[in-house]
Amino acid sequence: MMDQIAEQISLIGQRIPKPDGAAKVLGRTQYINDMVLHRMLIGKILRTDRVHARILRLDISKAAALPGVHAVITGDDTPMIGIGVNKDNPPLKSGTVRCIRDEIAAVAAETEAIADQALALIEVEYEDLPAVFDPAEALEDSAPQLHEDKPGNVGLSYNISYGDIAAGEAESDVVLDETYDLHYVTHCCMGPGCVLAEFDAMGKLTIYSQTQYPYNFKMDLAPTLGIHPGDIRVIQPPVGGAFGSKLDVYPFEPICAFLAQKTRRPVKLVFSREEEFIASPTRQPVRAHIRAGAKKDGTLTFRDVNCLLNNGGYTSWGATVPYVMMRTFSGHFRVPNVEFKSTAVYTNNPFAGSFRGYGNVQATYVTATLMDKMAEAVGMNPIAFRLKNAQEPGEVTPQGSLLKDCALADCITIAAEKTDFLKIYAANAKVETGRYRRGIGIATSLHNAGGAKIHKSDGCGTILTMDDYARVTLITGASEIGQGIDAVITQIVAEELGVPMASITIVNDDSAIGPWDVGVHASRTTFIAGNGARRAAIKAKAQILAAASKEANVPAEEMELRGGHVVQSDNGVSIIRLDRLLRAMHFAGEDAELVMVTDYYEPPSEPEGDNHYGDMSAAYAHAAYVAEVEVDTMTGHVRVEKMTVVQDVGRVVNGLGIEGQIEGGIAMSIGYGLTEDLRIEKGIVKNPSFRDYKVATAPEMPEIAYHFIENDTPEGPFGAKGIAELPAIVPAPAIANAVYNAIGVRFDNPPITPEKVARALHGGQDGGDQ
Amino acid sequence: MSSELEISFILNGQARSLIVAPSAVALSVLRDDFDLTAAKKACGEGECGACTIIVDGASVCSCILYAADLDGRNVQTVEGLDAGDTLDPVQAAFIETGAVQCGYCTPGMVMQIKHLLAENPDPDEAAIRRGLEGNICRCTGYSKIIDAVKSAAITMRAG
Ligand code: FES
Ligand code: FES
Repeated sequence: MMDQIAEQISLIGQRIPKPDGAAKVLGRTQYINDMVLHRMLIGKILRTDRVHARILRLDISKAAALPGVHAVITGDDTPMIGIGVNKDNPPLKSGTVRCIRDEIAAVAAETEAIADQALALIEVEYEDLPAVFDPAEALEDSAPQLHEDKPGNVGLSYNISYGDIAAGEAESDVVLDETYDLHYVTHCCMGPGCVLAEFDAMGKLTIYSQTQYPYNFKMDLAPTLGIHPGDIRVIQPPVGGAFGSKLDVYPFEPICAFLAQKTRRPVKLVFSREEEFIASPTRQPVRAHIRAGAKKDGTLTFRDVNCLLNNGGYTSWGATVPYVMMRTFSGHFRVPNVEFKSTAVYTNNPFAGSFRGYGNVQATYVTATLMDKMAEAVGMNPIAFRLKNAQEPGEVTPQGSLLKDCALADCITIAAEKTDFLKIYAANAKVETGRYRRGIGIATSLHNAGGAKIHKSDGCGTILTMDDYARVTLITGASEIGQGIDAVITQIVAEELGVPMASITIVNDDSAIGPWDVGVHASRTTFIAGNGARRAAIKAKAQILAAASKEANVPAEEMELRGGHVVQSDNGVSIIRLDRLLRAMHFAGEDAELVMVTDYYEPPSEPEGDNHYGDMSAAYAHAAYVAEVEVDTMTGHVRVEKMTVVQDVGRVVNGLGIEGQIEGGIAMSIGYGLTEDLRIEKGIVKNPSFRDYKVATAPEMPEIAYHFIENDTPEGPFGAKGIAELPAIVPAPAIANAVYNAIGVRFDNPPITPEKVARALHGGQDGGDQ
Repeated sequence: MSSELEISFILNGQARSLIVAPSAVALSVLRDDFDLTAAKKACGEGECGACTIIVDGASVCSCILYAADLDGRNVQTVEGLDAGDTLDPVQAAFIETGAVQCGYCTPGMVMQIKHLLAENPDPDEAAIRRGLEGNICRCTGYSKIIDAVKSAAITMRAG
């Protein structure tokens, strides 16, 4: 028994493949879209074809009589209890429809074809009502009112005020006044929206859901169904992408449950791609008016921001994105005087939800391009101007974010050095002829990287058990939505317990088993669930070492876990094999114990108080991205050739995972900046297909260079910060700045399409500002 | 129902026949009649590649292919690669390079790449990117998928 167990190479920072990878490449993974349950029916929704109308007649009799149809329901059969942030969206509408998405009836039938036939047999008559699509017009007194209890069409407002704008303006040498129009884009999850609901004989609901917040999902779903949240079990099969789109309850989910309740059979409801484009949430469009000033020496003096948000017909998380926007406007760079006001206004458009980056995509597009404009206005280069205003570690933003390990200046400096920014920037700017012109641009941002305390708790529960063979089951409240948290947690637990990663099973797909977690959002999961998993593993280790100490008469402090053994720390000699020890602990008569620990990790952050003040995240992170582009001045086509990523990540946990998140984010942001545009005209979605809505494909991806800043943030698991939103936030404005460097045109109305570029260069309307 | 058709074809190496409606598409037949759910319906319009299968050596979008047109053909889906003790080199490369996130695009990508490498065992970067152009992935940003193609190509040429 003198085996020496070699010291293990740390798993932290390695490139670890995802544990669900094999099933996915083999095509064995079963998504809800693939599931079939015994006696399952297919659900379908009838949506209105009007943008604002009164329903005069809704006749379902023919549909209900069709053989194979088991239920047809309307708003008359279901309670008018709203879902969403303002609880203004009843799953099935009766009386009035307010946007093109509105669900007015639903069927459950034996096949999809019968369900489609049934929908076609439903007769509806409407009286059209005056409609309004522009948020500014919707605020006018004469505008049609969308919701009786929301006078003036105001959905939600946010305001903050710090310092003194007038004083800031008085000391400014330069004041810019700019208006941005930030457009609709949508998630385009490859797995279309889908849900499967089933009631058991006791009246309890099991819902197979794509949700990314299973625990609060129960709370949000229950009232509209008229059942107790405790009577809902959420099962989460793998999902085909989420990106924030599954952070709320949307009407199709309760509708499917109603159908299951009525038919007493499992019902599955799957969106078509067209429905996905029309009826799933979008990113929040924002009209941002900003006035900002600086002194001649480059010091920022004030930012005064007014945002108008097109809320659409109902309210989901889109209307709350100012919560994140204001942190960027007030806290990204040192801004002594700040005012931010936003109003989300009801219109007859579709509505927005949360989307990766959550408002910071919009705020950073504005701030990062405005910083360039301001630099030029005061006669400084984009790097020096940013460095002049970059905060130091330990500074507190006006809203109370403590930037304890602020790496903003490092990000900027490294990004400039790695890309030879200033030289290339100056050279590009001199070129004024030639068909192809090159540009380089930088953008930076700040994002919460240690959770975000927007609810009463930002915590995550973890349960860790070990069996008689030293296999570990780690049950976490945090969901896997394709982003790779399973791999990260496996690494962390294997690292602490000295067991092979293959011996760890992660369970996080069943709300009847898992402990509470607030949800996958706000770049929080590696940080929060990672900390929870680590703390649970540390507790398990303490229990194991205490038992080993009794067994072997060696002080616990002189032992550690390594390679599936308890070893002596100083020489690595095995004291006992871990599985043997666990069996000895288990079968110890009266002293028997199992390794079975729990943890609830609540990060040390605070909810916002008055004036939205509060240190709401346990860590913050900065990034600087540099885009290098080539603009074809003839066609207007912009090609991103290279993206240099400099990001404060605290510590890399999984090299493959972090790059994957960044590359996916860059692709999304290239789409936001250059090609993606969900065109909504008079309330109608004009391009609901991949043919007409262009997401980035393989040929458009640039070369990517990485420079991670790893300073081990004190509260992070092994020093890690949350990372996954900044890559979807920063690239687009870096590209816009690069386009300006190439052709001297600003685009404050992304996407920067070839048409807009060509018009700006060759005349016509709707171009940029020269 | 009028004019239903009987079709016979080779599916992942096995002779199969069944009766299909003239309007049925290959994707639904694979998914609903054969329980082969690896190929996904992500658009149903031939615009995303999630439903890609290989028919007589060529990659096709099965969502816009009539099932009737499978008659007499040799059809391969990802499930057909799930045999033997070792993973197919493309699949192994996907796992190792981190080319899988949500996985919804993955079966279609894998089949597209099988086809790509069969046509051109040593594709350069531009050829790989062009070859993947019809397959949308919303998660990975394609970089790791491109890495997977390069790595699989090396393995396949070696062995
Ligand atoms: S599902 Fe066939 S191409 Fe999209
Ligand atoms: S891995 Fe999610 S779409 Fe490709």
